[in-house]
Amino acid sequence: MRNENQNRLTWFAIPYVGWMTLFVVAPILMVVIYAFSAEGGGFTLDSFARMGTYTLVFARSFKLALIATAICVLIGYPVAYFMAKEGPKFQKAAMLLIMLPMWMNFLLRTYAWMSILDNNGLLNQIFTAAGIIGFGNTLNGWLNGVCAELNAMLGLALNTARATDMKSFRMLYTQEAVVLGMVYNYLPFMILPIYSVILKLDNSLMEAARDLGANSIRVFRKVILPLSLPGVLSGITMVFVPSVSTFAISKMLGGGTQMMLGDLIEMQFLGGAYNPHLGSAISLVMMIIVVACMWVMNRFGEGEEQAVML
Amino acid sequence: MRRGPTWFSRLFMILVFGFLYAPIFVLIVFSFNAANSNAVWKGFSLQWYVQLFHDRIIMQSLSTTLLVSVLATAFATAAGTFAAIGLYNMKRRWREPLTTVNNIPMMNADIVTGVSLCLFFVAAFGGWNAFVAWLEQTYRLTAPRLYLGFGTLLIAHICFNIPYVILSIMPKLRQMDKNLIDAAQDLGCTWMQAFWKVVIPEIKPGIVSGMLIAFTMSVDDFVISYFTAGSATSTLAMTIYGMTKKRISPKINAISTLMFGTVLILLLIVNIREARQEKNVKARAAGK
Repeated sequence: MRNENQNRLTWFAIPYVGWMTLFVVAPILMVVIYAFSAEGGGFTLDSFARMGTYTLVFARSFKLALIATAICVLIGYPVAYFMAKEGPKFQKAAMLLIMLPMWMNFLLRTYAWMSILDNNGLLNQIFTAAGIIGFGNTLNGWLNGVCAELNAMLGLALNTARATDMKSFRMLYTQEAVVLGMVYNYLPFMILPIYSVILKLDNSLMEAARDLGANSIRVFRKVILPLSLPGVLSGITMVFVPSVSTFAISKMLGGGTQMMLGDLIEMQFLGGAYNPHLGSAISLVMMIIVVACMWVMNRFGEGEEQAVML
Repeated sequence: MRRGPTWFSRLFMILVFGFLYAPIFVLIVFSFNAANSNAVWKGFSLQWYVQLFHDRIIMQSLSTTLLVSVLATAFATAAGTFAAIGLYNMKRRWREPLTTVNNIPMMNADIVTGVSLCLFFVAAFGGWNAFVAWLEQTYRLTAPRLYLGFGTLLIAHICFNIPYVILSIMPKLRQMDKNLIDAAQDLGCTWMQAFWKVVIPEIKPGIVSGMLIAFTMSVDDFVISYFTAGSATSTLAMTIYGMTKKRISPKINAISTLMFGTVLILLLIVNIREARQEKNVKARAAGK
């Protein structure tokens, strides 16, 4: 039943409604207006047509973000599952260990990988010391020889120009480095929602399945996995959205050669290619991606609220 | 779950935690390196810490970060508390669409929030500055012109903080007994007294956790700040981003070490306090 107090308390939200109109709704309307207008004003779909030139960037963004998300599921699900099996003390410590890196700025975490993957970085130093680079050179030389033989014998066109004088492996400024950066930064976002869903599963369901004759693989496949899907879905959203929209990670670990959607937007606003209309159009596409992800999540899962809190 | 851990699950977790912590460990070790390198160890030194504290740009961006985080947290906590109470007591018909709008900054990709605010500020300030120019020409009146800077940075931070405050207060409001306010009034409180002495204490844990989340969000933010701070203002994250363009700079290692140490100590304090409180509760229960 509503009473007078409730009616009074409702007024407390009025200033915030004004604030939201000004600083949440109006900016988004601006993005929409800019996306559908030309330089001098007037409706146009030019910006969307121009996005066609950037198909490659779109494809790369989706590819790298999807690979990173898939790797996060493959690593994150087992971690969450194994964690839930441990005792309460272990679980608490593990939670802290997972949260702790998240409190450090992601730029610092990405910088750490920059210094590790660099040509003069730690990994290459270790590889040199362990003779792996020398072995790689020998292997490449041998492969070149084999390929040359095959080319001569069978008339193939195999690559015979593998480098045999490498001083280091080129790991920084590659697509793999960008994916690694995404996985490293966003893995906790996958582990935590899955873990919290698995933890809440009703134990008696698993027992019932076992009593009815299911072995542990069947219990996992038929009971645990389907019931933990909401957690997986919110994990996927929480990894995919920041991955597909990143610009700092791709710039730092991809060295500007692996341009992604985020870089493209950033360039249109703060970079050399100043064009807020095109930038807004791409941002609008990004918003649609987010809305689609939310729709899927609302449809199939209810774990979103606690996922956001983590 | 009935089955306990196996050696495989333990090994897998050790590997993943190793993956999570190895880079941080490397960062910390090489912050004490005498050489300008993150790969070759040339002896122990604290020179990067000394240089860090003498770097005026870093120190200034640190104070900007702290100032904007404290102000944004204070404002967002106050505004978010009132907004949450208001939203909670609204009719469903109004509450649901408003909650959706409230969730937008939380759900949206950071870059879109940043870009939309940037676009909004630039357009609004452009209009205002043109208006000021017109005033100056026709009436010889003047008003300050507006540009992106600390003010816009602060507004942006408040914007993305408020939803987190509301989100952490809402569950506490749902748990609260709806008759409490009426009871307080029946016992002689005025409506205002009932609000301050009953509602606020009831939801206080939610307010505190919302405040903490808001503060960490503010300190941690890079993307939204990057688009709304303008060229003259810089937060710590923005300064770090600028520094990473020059590849290796052990000063960044020193910053990382200090940040990691601060967070570690804070978390330890919180956990030890929690453990002690739990122990006390148990002891009291046993005493009875």
